[in-house]
Amino acid sequence: MAKSPVDKASGKKGLTRREFTKSSAAVAAGTGLGLFGGVAPAFAQQREVHHLAWNNFIPPADELTLEFAATFEKEAGIKIRFETIGQNDIQARAAAAIEGGAGPDIIQLFWNHAHLYAGGLADHSAIYEMDGGDQIYPYLQEATTVDDVPRGIPYFGIGNLMAYRTDVYKDLGISIPDNWDEFLAAGTKCKAEGWPFGQTLGHTLGDAPNFTYSLMWSFGGSEVDESGQVAVNSEATRAAIDWMKEAWEAAFEPGGLSWDDGSNNRAFLAEQICTTSNAASIYFVARQKEMNHVADNMGHYLYPQGPGGRFCVSVPQGFSIPKYSKNQEAAMEWIRFLLRPDNYERYISVQNCFALPRAPGLEGLPMWTADPAVSIFAEAGKYSRSYGWPGPFGRGAAEAQSKYIIVDMFARAVQGASAQEAAAWAEKELKNVYGT
Amino acid sequence: MAETTAKTAATTRESASRTAEKSRTSWITTQLENERVLGYVLLTPAFLLIIVFIAYPFALGTWMALTDKVVGQPGNFIGLANFAKLLDSDIFRTAAWNTVFFTVVATAIKAALGMWLAVLLNRKFSLSRVTRAAVLLPFIVPTVLSTLVWLWMLDGTFSVFNWILRWLWDMEISVFGLVIKEDFGYIRGPNWLGEPSWAMGSIIMANVWRGLPFFAISFLAALQTVPSELYDAADIDGASGWRKFWHVTLPMIKPVAIVVVVFSFVVTFADFQLVYVLTRGGPHNSTHLLATLAYQLSMHAGNLGEGAAAALFMVPLLFVVIVLQLTYLRRIGVD
Repeated sequence: MAKSPVDKASGKKGLTRREFTKSSAAVAAGTGLGLFGGVAPAFAQQREVHHLAWNNFIPPADELTLEFAATFEKEAGIKIRFETIGQNDIQARAAAAIEGGAGPDIIQLFWNHAHLYAGGLADHSAIYEMDGGDQIYPYLQEATTVDDVPRGIPYFGIGNLMAYRTDVYKDLGISIPDNWDEFLAAGTKCKAEGWPFGQTLGHTLGDAPNFTYSLMWSFGGSEVDESGQVAVNSEATRAAIDWMKEAWEAAFEPGGLSWDDGSNNRAFLAEQICTTSNAASIYFVARQKEMNHVADNMGHYLYPQGPGGRFCVSVPQGFSIPKYSKNQEAAMEWIRFLLRPDNYERYISVQNCFALPRAPGLEGLPMWTADPAVSIFAEAGKYSRSYGWPGPFGRGAAEAQSKYIIVDMFARAVQGASAQEAAAWAEKELKNVYGT
Repeated sequence: MAETTAKTAATTRESASRTAEKSRTSWITTQLENERVLGYVLLTPAFLLIIVFIAYPFALGTWMALTDKVVGQPGNFIGLANFAKLLDSDIFRTAAWNTVFFTVVATAIKAALGMWLAVLLNRKFSLSRVTRAAVLLPFIVPTVLSTLVWLWMLDGTFSVFNWILRWLWDMEISVFGLVIKEDFGYIRGPNWLGEPSWAMGSIIMANVWRGLPFFAISFLAALQTVPSELYDAADIDGASGWRKFWHVTLPMIKPVAIVVVVFSFVVTFADFQLVYVLTRGGPHNSTHLLATLAYQLSMHAGNLGEGAAAALFMVPLLFVVIVLQLTYLRRIGVD
């Protein structure tokens, strides 16, 4: 073993390896803890934004966001940690983070969840105004604006229309139904030929409320009136219930009472049903999995209209920055980067009609005309309303939706309750929710 | 000289330090030899765990139930308003009744089948050890995973049970030209998760499948402690199999059986995963339990106060059950 050198002048040995290590550690500790108080120096820090989002049903959209993140890091020097999880897990994660005061810097919130967590979300007025917030479609604005304060930034909506098998309709001589009577007649004919319509009336977040609220509105019914007073037990709502009772027997697949949001997709792809209310995802999956006999024979049409008009539910998606975030400035910069017209146009286009733009102006995108099977989604925004409409899209609407009161009103009726009984039950439960 | 003095001083310091350390060690040893002190020392970690993970959340939950707490905002004290609101709701009353019905029926079936299975497993037969291990499988598989399999088997459209039923239903069976079973035509089969009574039956079935091994293995362990002399004596007295079970086996394993039943009752009462995966409380709340309702109110509607109140409704009933169990065990002399 080599001996350590000796300092001839002092007679002391030179630094041994162990002493060197100790000294280095002490210097490092002194530098880090003493000089900078335990925090790495600002010049060495890289700002990082933790962005929590859902697993997009259109995977290229998430890939594009990662590409944006890399570009943004180069341009702004801010690192983006883009984390995606299942759609149904976001709410629990958001609630836990906001309640615990720690977690992601940006959370993708759906529907009117910004109303539920408003107390824990930052004021987004600055960025909202800067990015033309007044141009945003009302159903998206309502989702994030709480007491006139934006608690999030709308990103896009997801349209829900009727997916159908064009070949079945053609073979049976059915044209696209314009109203609910025609829809029922078409369904009756299809079911008799072994191609029932499929619709969930189960406890599931998306398809069941989307269909039942739209049906109720188009007959002129609603859970509350414009002032927020419970108004569900009306002649119009009861007419919608009666229609549903008749249609369930005549046109629909009875298994739908227990379906979740994925069941109708599976049933459609397995050719067990020929029509269902859904986003464009069934079509994209059919294309992706090269189920060409399904994809080549698929189309979409608008919800039928009723005496009250034509409606549908498009699911609002937005960014919200929690108050606890220490990176609010950086998070806002990242959101502005995503909303930059060139980036936003790419993001919407890559989802090929699955995502609806947040504001008018992108009607000329090639995607709307490139594929006739999904081009009708361009019109979905016009007919979209939010749960609770025409009342406020607030906490009461969210609670009523989360308790599936409107869904269960229809489910009770198709299982034997009269329209009067079902509507009276819903009225009592809604009064319990709204406190009126 | 100076060098010697320094050495002596160092030795003295070392010796003093050793003595002090020894005296400290002996004080700790003396204290720990006191059973009372040792008892508290050994209890402390468990006590701290109970405080942090049980007592604090329970106290916080109780407080929240008395407030209008929503996510992200501090709550205001509102007394029993959350409880009143819940009691006024048909959804809550349905969930409360479902919880009691689900728990009582599922626990009774598990206890009966568990006992039957334990008696069978207690017999000697080839591959008995492998069979005993295999019985535990449903208990070992993660609940969410096994429930997803149940979800597929009970699917409204693709249920494997219904496929088999249909296959059997429209199959004609004939032997030497004699038709034993006719082709009955098409049958759809039960709407397992879509019709209220079938849905409740389905979640009970899945719960029994998952919980049965716990009963069977616990009862089996108890059965193996019953002295064989008692059965020999009963044989001499000419007791039948049923009378031996009723008058020997059951009284001997009763303390274990009661603990197992009560434990299962509590766990079943608070079941969440199974219903959440299979039905999420549908159709129209016919399978909603208090635990799933509490989750729905807290996490989906953001009303932490109301959710906590729904969860707290479970406490009084469980408390009564546990008190009855402890009283009974004390009465029969089991501490």
